[in-house]
Amino acid sequence: MAKMIKLDDKGVEFLEKIIELSGETITLCDQCGTCSGGCPFIIEMDVNPSQIMRQVMLGQKDIMNSKTMWICASCFTCTVRCPRDLDVSKVSEALRQVKLREAIDFIDIEQISKEEAKKLPSIAIVGAFRKFTG
Amino acid sequence: MKIPYFPGCTLKTTATNFEIPAIEVANKLGIEMVELDRWNCCGVVSYLVSDDLMKHMAPVRNFLRVQEMNTTGVVENENRLVTLCSMCYNTLSLSNKRMQKNPDDLQKINDFMHREETKYDGSVEVVHLLPIIRELGWETVTKQVKKPLKDLKVAPYYGCMLLRPKDVGIDDAEDPKILQELIGALGAEAVEWDSGSRCCGSYHTVNNKDIVINLSKGIIEDARKNGADVIITSCPLCAFNLDNRQQDILEKDPEFETMPIVYFSQLMGVAFDIEKEKLGWESNYVAPDILIKLIT
Repeated sequence: MAKMIKLDDKGVEFLEKIIELSGETITLCDQCGTCSGGCPFIIEMDVNPSQIMRQVMLGQKDIMNSKTMWICASCFTCTVRCPRDLDVSKVSEALRQVKLREAIDFIDIEQISKEEAKKLPSIAIVGAFRKFTG
Repeated sequence: MKIPYFPGCTLKTTATNFEIPAIEVANKLGIEMVELDRWNCCGVVSYLVSDDLMKHMAPVRNFLRVQEMNTTGVVENENRLVTLCSMCYNTLSLSNKRMQKNPDDLQKINDFMHREETKYDGSVEVVHLLPIIRELGWETVTKQVKKPLKDLKVAPYYGCMLLRPKDVGIDDAEDPKILQELIGALGAEAVEWDSGSRCCGSYHTVNNKDIVINLSKGIIEDARKNGADVIITSCPLCAFNLDNRQQDILEKDPEFETMPIVYFSQLMGVAFDIEKEKLGWESNYVAPDILIKLIT
């Protein structure tokens, strides 16, 4: 007899939220692993990008505890390679936004030493704060 | 050719060594880049979620300035907006594409900017200086070369933002050629390597610089392995991560051999023999001795 994975209401809600925010039909993902294979940040990640796609697909909200979405720097390497034309960068952005919209920032200005702040170009500081604060 | 020009914040602060030679070499090629009046920061990074329309207002407001330059006659029938910084190019392009594809989004942004005298009509085309030079023909570049960069081996570093995503990329996302063509036109040799479009770690340099140190070290070592004397870039953030972060690499690995990182405009400036005061070497962390020798 065929078995079916059933998502609970919270799982469905999570999946639908990420689909809505990212604009990507995440359920189209074939799990081929191309995104993970080409990701320049893979060694820094605790969960690889294709696993992220699978867990979102299954409505597993605990994926929000992974650091992967914060490591992704929207370099779009996966985006240009996905054979299903899915934009995994947008999925990472959607996951970050879910957290940031709970008013939980990922960066604190106090973290940056004065010495570093003097050296860093504006492009780095503006970029980081736009991606890491809500 | 007079084209409206968006410089962006970093080119006016830490990356003047990108802008000054770029304006100079563009002039020599007959391209006059006219800086936008009252331009504002593009936001550096693009927002990628569907309901973030507000975040696209900063890029779009700059397009009004392009329209105004046309109506006031500062430029004639020139709907292109040229950029130098790869990140500005990417962010402005992505916002522009979104406005052009979604009239409802454009309407909302225009409504929100109701105090502006003009409305954005979607007509602007965001371009990078490199494809404009390519359109002129590489032979036009070669004609301006006073000091051919003979025997110089240059690694073309594209980074991410010039190539991806595909609908804003200035060249093939997986097999770009434009920087190699430029290097060839200047009389130098383009190094073949695998790291030309590998991410340098971007804004992680602010709060997780170890990521950047590891990625930059890998990129520089790949260039070295393939015989490069120098790496060229078009992005002030890549330049910071590859150039200034060599100080951090050296702290961790004193055996590390440094590599000069220069903007493509500086390389062109050397070949075109522009005044050396305009090359801005003092802003490069690793002194590009091999290029400095060429001009003295």
